[in-house]
Amino acid sequence: MDYFLELFFSGLTRGSIYALIALGYTMVYGIIQLINFAHGEIYMIGAFVALIVSGVCTIYGLSGFAILILAAAIAAVYAAAYGFTLERVAYRPLRGSPRLSALISAIGMSIFLQNYVLLAQTPDFLPFPRLIPDLAFIEPVAHIIGTPELVILITTLITMVVLTFLIKKTRVGKAMRATQQDLSMARLVGINVDNVISLTFIIGSVMAAIGGVLVASYIGQVSFYIGFLAGIKAFTAAVLGGIGSIPGAVLGGLIIGWSESFAAGYISSDYEDVITFVLLVVILIFRPAGILGKVHKQKV
Amino acid sequence: MKKISMLCATLLLAFSVAVPGVAADTIKLGVAGPHSGDLAPYGIPAMRAAQLVVNQVNEQGGVLGRQVELFIQDEQCNPNVATNAATRLVSDGVHVVMGHICSGATRAALGIYREAGIPVMSPSATNPPLTQSGEYPNFFRTIASDDMQSKLAVDYALANLDVKKVAILHDRGDYGRGFADFARQALEEAGGAEIVLFEGITPGAMDYSSIIQRVRRTGADTLIYGGYHPEASKLVTQMQRRRVNATFISDDGVKDDSFLNVAGSAAEGAYATGPRDLSHLPLNQAAVQAYRSTYGAEPGAFFQEGYAATLALLNAIEKAGTTDYDAVVNSLRTEYVDTPVGRIKFDDKGDAEGVGFSVFKVVDGVFVEMN
Repeated sequence: MDYFLELFFSGLTRGSIYALIALGYTMVYGIIQLINFAHGEIYMIGAFVALIVSGVCTIYGLSGFAILILAAAIAAVYAAAYGFTLERVAYRPLRGSPRLSALISAIGMSIFLQNYVLLAQTPDFLPFPRLIPDLAFIEPVAHIIGTPELVILITTLITMVVLTFLIKKTRVGKAMRATQQDLSMARLVGINVDNVISLTFIIGSVMAAIGGVLVASYIGQVSFYIGFLAGIKAFTAAVLGGIGSIPGAVLGGLIIGWSESFAAGYISSDYEDVITFVLLVVILIFRPAGILGKVHKQKV
Repeated sequence: MKKISMLCATLLLAFSVAVPGVAADTIKLGVAGPHSGDLAPYGIPAMRAAQLVVNQVNEQGGVLGRQVELFIQDEQCNPNVATNAATRLVSDGVHVVMGHICSGATRAALGIYREAGIPVMSPSATNPPLTQSGEYPNFFRTIASDDMQSKLAVDYALANLDVKKVAILHDRGDYGRGFADFARQALEEAGGAEIVLFEGITPGAMDYSSIIQRVRRTGADTLIYGGYHPEASKLVTQMQRRRVNATFISDDGVKDDSFLNVAGSAAEGAYATGPRDLSHLPLNQAAVQAYRSTYGAEPGAFFQEGYAATLALLNAIEKAGTTDYDAVVNSLRTEYVDTPVGRIKFDDKGDAEGVGFSVFKVVDGVFVEMN
């Protein structure tokens, strides 16, 4: 039973990070039908900014949790700026053009941002300080769920509650939902669609940055390349859950996290990716739009 | 055309047969390797090493009072060309050969030297079966074979650490997988410890906590990892996070300062094999200095090994007092010689003892050479 719980929480931790990143993919796709391939890089940039901030804070002698919150806040602001600029520079000029052009532009931005960090920072792996201290009361169960996992789970939960509130209860959220349903109709009723799209990118980037900071302080290292694999997995999660669907992204993230964890734990870590992707294929055969995705009729 | 080349070959053969009779007063050292083509950077430093050693030895009066004569063949690391080069060297009547460089070319040429009764010493061919198969009793090398690292790590662990259950992980790459495979083989041969897990992990994955849980569940007291430092630092960090106390042992892909920086306190007590530090040896310094002053550049790959091989071959002839095959081979296996890669002799299979790797342990944030 202990072993099951260990794997359960490993998968939950990993899955909730995937979910945080997947939300950015799915929200952007929901509104402008674009797969934002540079999203993984925003996550990586979030981690790098947090590294720099925590380096500075450590000099001033702040404690772990304080640094974590400050670093996450600054990383979120930075990532939001990147997300906003990304949309302005790479996607808005292509708004009216075929979807493939925007997709290529997204891939280009991904390569650009990776190499920009590689050149501006370093090609090496950098140590990331362990900002999450081990709390004493959790020590007896630390092998099942440690403080870092707990912090990751709580942060993810709070982030998702805030996001749900934002989308369901606020005027901005209403505008986002309207834009998602029908972009030109939303424009006709007086919603500033451009602002809504910018905001979507900003929200997605903030969540990616939070994910980046959490992962970096959990595993203790960052490099310019971490965004790639995390991005691929999160994108898979978004597709699995039904791209465009917000609860779908969370569900997809958790399913992938668990399938990887249980596959590595009970079968073989050689097969964790195989099992994950077989699962994806099977689900897409029976539900082509993903678990919670809706099949949209092609607008003519 | 064929007839002409046959004729040439016959003529050539005729001349070369005549040569040993005429010039019995020199010691003939063959050198073969890639000296042109894209792999030339692997062959030229060893060739130059042989030239430097031979010049020096000849200045000091040669071997057994005879001058040493070099016969150099370029084979571009191509097995077909290598067999031709070997045939050519045999017909030149060389007594010993320093070469070849690539494992494939070496294997192709070795049979020819074996039939001719010529001892061969490679500075760079690391393929394990070359020595271990026992097929080539005339083959020696001054570089550690590919499996030496794993073997060293396993032997060290069995002798010095309390090892009962071993988990082996690798990154699925050629290098990491190779290290893990050889480690498994060495453990099975040595006996005494049980292998409880053997699996590949995905390099670059977000975290490895599931596989670490698995390691804990198997009750492994030792974790051997084949791969590079980014994954290794994640593994040790998560072992610490998950309170798994297995001893971590890895390869020279992990023996890197990045591992120490990134893993920090989690790296403490980990073991890794790595190349021995040789730069403090006076002979090593002298050899490198000679290269710099002659060629005005830093020596490249396999220079030290090539230097060592040439020295070892000439020393064996000197000690044996003859160029006779059995005597030379015997003296290679029994007589120690000081070389830039340390004081070495060769074991029964032809591998240099005490060459190449050492075990390092992380103590207070730095790698410390054990034994």
